[in-house]
Amino acid sequence: MHTIVCLKVVPKSEEVTIDDETKTLDRSKARSEINPPDMNAVEMALKLKERNGGTVSLLAMGPPLFEPYLRLGLAMGADQAFLMSDRAFGGADTLATSYVLAEGIKAIGSFDLVLCGDESSDGATGQVPPGIAEWLGLPQATDVRRVDVSDGSLSARRELGAGSEVVEADLPCVVSVKHDVNEPRFLDSGRWDWAMNEAPVQIWSATDLEIDVEKAGVPGSPTVVAGVSVAEGADRRREFLSGSPEEIATQLADKIRAWVKP
Amino acid sequence: MNASPYSPEEASGVWVYLEHRDGKLEGVSLELLGRSRELAQETGESLTALLLGEQVEPLAEEAIAAGADRVLVAEHALLGQYTTEPFTKVITGLIVEQRPNILLLGATTNGRDLAGRLAVRLRTGLTADCTDLSIGPKSGLLLGEVTGFGHGILATIECPVHRPQMATVRPGVFPRPVADPTHSGKVERVDVILSASDQPVRVVKQTSRRAADVTQAERLVIGGRGMEGDFALLRRLAKAVHADVGATRVAVDQGWVREDRMIGQTGSVTRPKLAIICGASGAMQFTVGVKDSETIIAINSDPEAPIFEVADYCVAEDAFQVIPPLIEALRREPVEEKS
Ligand SMILES: Cc1cc2nc3c(=O)[nH]c(=O)nc-3n(C[C@H](O)[C@H](O)[C@H](O)COP(=O)(O)OP(=O)(O)OC[C@H]3O[C@@H](n4cnc5c(N)ncnc54)[C@H](O)[C@@H]3O)c2cc1C
Ligand SMILES: Cc1cc2nc3c(=O)[nH]c(=O)nc-3n(C[C@H](O)[C@H](O)[C@H](O)COP(=O)(O)OP(=O)(O)OC[C@H]3O[C@@H](n4cnc5c(N)ncnc54)[C@H](O)[C@@H]3O)c2cc1C
Repeated sequence: MHTIVCLKVVPKSEEVTIDDETKTLDRSKARSEINPPDMNAVEMALKLKERNGGTVSLLAMGPPLFEPYLRLGLAMGADQAFLMSDRAFGGADTLATSYVLAEGIKAIGSFDLVLCGDESSDGATGQVPPGIAEWLGLPQATDVRRVDVSDGSLSARRELGAGSEVVEADLPCVVSVKHDVNEPRFLDSGRWDWAMNEAPVQIWSATDLEIDVEKAGVPGSPTVVAGVSVAEGADRRREFLSGSPEEIATQLADKIRAWVKP
Repeated sequence: MNASPYSPEEASGVWVYLEHRDGKLEGVSLELLGRSRELAQETGESLTALLLGEQVEPLAEEAIAAGADRVLVAEHALLGQYTTEPFTKVITGLIVEQRPNILLLGATTNGRDLAGRLAVRLRTGLTADCTDLSIGPKSGLLLGEVTGFGHGILATIECPVHRPQMATVRPGVFPRPVADPTHSGKVERVDVILSASDQPVRVVKQTSRRAADVTQAERLVIGGRGMEGDFALLRRLAKAVHADVGATRVAVDQGWVREDRMIGQTGSVTRPKLAIICGASGAMQFTVGVKDSETIIAINSDPEAPIFEVADYCVAEDAFQVIPPLIEALRREPVEEKS
């Protein structure tokens, strides 16, 4: 069984600061990490490998600085990694991102399952997994908590807002994995040297894979950011209540009663 | 370029995809109809609702009362339960044939599953989780307002040359329209051709539970990481003020509260008369979910916490010191049940 996990590297959301001048996100001081649910996807892939045998491949689209993160995935237990890196891929929206990733998946070769996270912690659209499935013409199951694979078919439990459902499909297919559905394993120290130094991380440019650059990056992206504005602050009283906790509690109770009464 | 199936000049009409459960339209679908009615008025187009399912025609009336000029009803046994491919196939067929300008969907689990697939099949743009929708005054384009680019920063995303212009919206972002039974519209049944081979994914089991709907709450007591898991205390406070309980994403991720009570960009957008927010820092992804509250009380031990910027009454204290005496004070002289 061959599982391909799509990994995005994201700035640690708790370390992203705000540029005082421009008020926009300053990612330069934030360290990066593997998008949290993608770690759960790796863990799921490794569990499937333990049960069914086979290979786990990792795939990312992004700048060269993503490479060490792919190596972390190799140290966890993945077998091979691929990084699609080209200036032509930059500035992509989800249509262009999913196109490039689908081309990478095809280039890796035959596979049974593609696992993604349910959403990234930065763009957070959740649109890439269904996009990949559509470019590949494969069935999809999104927001999945658990998977079982047997005899070439998949059974997956999807989390819905109001409940859950179990779906079945023939492999190959594309699954997006919810955050926190398992406990991602630690790096295997026995694999460390290999993962950091010896393991091949295949880097692919657009030309390497004959990717249509008109469908990638900015030219391949139908959406554009038309403008940014400062959110108008609501007109709030911002009145600080003072006194001991008990005194504050009494003031609050009076206010609450006043609003709640007719 | 990724070319969509038709050009802006050929496109016309605002379409809303309707979700329904247990014989009722989902709140988010009604909310979308309400807002789309206004958008359609601005663009001078008609508003079409898409209703897919098995024996769903009776719901068309509700959609018309909420503002639809026309409801396209697609009924088929393979549409009885949501699965990606049959829904994608039927909607793609209708879109390619009728060429709408705008297509809006609720950002529910299945709404996102469908929208993400449809947008790629149609090779068009899709804006996720908009906190507002409007029409560009000069361009006439759909503008999707999104957060996530910075604190207090709103970005607008548009899709200039691909059609339809697609967007998803979280539940609660728009108010629910008051049903207008005099609003008239037509119901059109469409032919559906689907076979078993169109359904590669089969639902074999479904478990439903009643999801909390915080979007309609008049009063909310909301807890964040600072509550350290003590939502029992917040539930007692909520009981004393006849409020529903909501939570930040951190509180949900910690497993203290179920996901249906999450408030904010990823959760629900609410507009209660009174929100009491305890132990939440006031991240923008959270505050977009409470900013339309009438009155906000914030309790946070850090006087510098950004939550105080959006609060009417600010309590810079340990929540565990203030909430128990507050519950006591409210008990001594109880709050009346309903205004
Ligand atoms: C604040 C913000 C808002 C945005 N809004 C939109 C929008 O409304 N519409 C739009 O089209 N684009 C939007 N974008 C751009 C979008 O983030 C990028 O296209 C991005 O490359 C992929 O989308 P995502 O991060 O939302 O991924 P998601 O769809 O949320 O990611 C889900 C999973 O897909 C996989 N995946 C995603 N990206 C990669 C990658 N580069 N390499 C490997 N695996 C990956 C991972 O497994 C990930 O867990 C936005 C970006 C930002 C910063
Ligand atoms: C794409 C994206 C989408 C997101 N969507 C959402 C969303 O929908 N909803 C959401 O909530 N978040 C969302 N987030 C996360 C958001 O950015 C914040 O991380 C989150 O809201 C913080 O939750 P919090 O306020 O509970 O925790 P924290 O930020 O950790 O704040 C805890 C606060 O509690 C206070 N505190 C500690 N102890 C006490 C005490 N004893 N008494 C009183 N106060 C105390 C602290 O001073 C602190 O201010 C999203 C993030 C991203 C990147």
